[in-house]
Amino acid sequence: MVAFIQLLGRVVLNWVRETGRIQLFLLQGLALAFVPPFRPRRVLQEINQIGVKSTLIILLTALFTGMVLGLQGYYTLRKYGSEGALGAAVALSLIREMGPVLTALMVSARAGSAVTAEVGIMRITEQLDALDTMAVNPVQYVVMPKLLAGLIAVPLLTAIFDVVGILGGYLVGVVLLGVSSGSYFSGMVQSVVPLDINGGIVKSLVFGLTIILVASYKGYHTEHGAEGVSRATNQTVVLSAVLVLAWDYLLTSFFM
Amino acid sequence: MIQVVDLHKSFNGQAVLDGINLEIPTGKITVVIGKSGVGKSVLLKHLIGLLKPDRGQVLVDGLDITKLKGRKLQDLKKRFAVLFQGGALFDSLNVFENIAFPLREKARLPEGEIVRRVHERLEQMNLSLEAGRKFPDELSGGMKKRVALARAMIQEPEIILFDEPVTGLDPPMCNTVFHLIKKTHAASNYTALVVAHDIPEVFSIADVVAMLHHGRIIACCGPEEIKQHPDPVVQSFIRGEPDFLEA
Repeated sequence: MVAFIQLLGRVVLNWVRETGRIQLFLLQGLALAFVPPFRPRRVLQEINQIGVKSTLIILLTALFTGMVLGLQGYYTLRKYGSEGALGAAVALSLIREMGPVLTALMVSARAGSAVTAEVGIMRITEQLDALDTMAVNPVQYVVMPKLLAGLIAVPLLTAIFDVVGILGGYLVGVVLLGVSSGSYFSGMVQSVVPLDINGGIVKSLVFGLTIILVASYKGYHTEHGAEGVSRATNQTVVLSAVLVLAWDYLLTSFFM
Repeated sequence: MIQVVDLHKSFNGQAVLDGINLEIPTGKITVVIGKSGVGKSVLLKHLIGLLKPDRGQVLVDGLDITKLKGRKLQDLKKRFAVLFQGGALFDSLNVFENIAFPLREKARLPEGEIVRRVHERLEQMNLSLEAGRKFPDELSGGMKKRVALARAMIQEPEIILFDEPVTGLDPPMCNTVFHLIKKTHAASNYTALVVAHDIPEVFSIADVVAMLHHGRIIACCGPEEIKQHPDPVVQSFIRGEPDFLEA
């Protein structure tokens, strides 16, 4: 029994310590954005890596998600004779929930894992130490541009996801199943309020920061060679997904 | 001069450095020898502040690097350069950009001057201008070391730390790298600390040789004197005998 309590105590203490370290890492990374040199070129490079190169996967995911929502929504609403509300149902589902969450999960899988692998390899091959010895702050050079890129790129990708998803729903609902184009869009315009859009934007900002923070932190603290990089990458994808879903619940309850 | 005073460092309760005392004279090449895993690289990382000791001091011209923070630490680091064991070249930059990196980050020179200096270093390291366009993963081990040495030299630092500069290289390339260290040292007269276990080749560049064993410096003298050192551990290591003395 004593051993169990000791184990529990150790686990909790480790968790608290790790959480504190991650928060300090985030504060350091963000604070360094306001200290020269500002490195706009590095930020643009990271927006390209994290954002632009994720566009295709986001387009595909959004299109199919919107098509499935259109299909499911149509057959559910038809039971109540409310096919005209399809546009509103698709748009609200995407803008409030599915757009931010699915975008975050896809970015985490594609870019988050890549960030961890890149930073982790820089750690184990002493590239981060080399920056430090050249009096270049590795957090400012490597981590800060990625955090800013996450903050900028993920909301933009979420917006793309929402628009393409709505078009996917249109494709199935209007083009294939015969819902009127006017009722699809007018229902959407009447139902979606600024709070829905603002909630989606806040969620995507929080998710973007969370994903890149976890990915950078895990990479930055990689140990034990190639196996360590593999483990860190795995942890990034799992932890990011769990945190995104947990944040989603908290933020949804806040905006309700 | 760099002075290491009573330096202690443990990892997971195991003492790696157990009271190191060492003086690294200005303008000389000091070589630290010792078996693999004995803590040579750990000692080197303390000299540039990459690791913090549990106890002890590292004095660089009287300034204790273990106590410095912020701007003062950054200013002191600008006097150093490090050649890491694997080169630590940046994967995302080509050879030219790797060598130019310290200048672009810290020196604020016109681009023409940066190009001139990088070309000068490429030539000094017997690397072609064509090699400047290659990325690190396209280079052989010897080329990587030479590029890393060029990057270390580009800002003409006062102190250069070499972490096993010839590990993994074939004998001719080993001699080439040692020759380049000797040549650049003769030209710039920097203070050097070389961590190595390549006996006897490393004696050809050393002014002072120190041997690290069980967390302490057990011998520190000139290369000729160390060959005659009375300590059997030193003699055993220099002759490359198996570890029966440990038993």
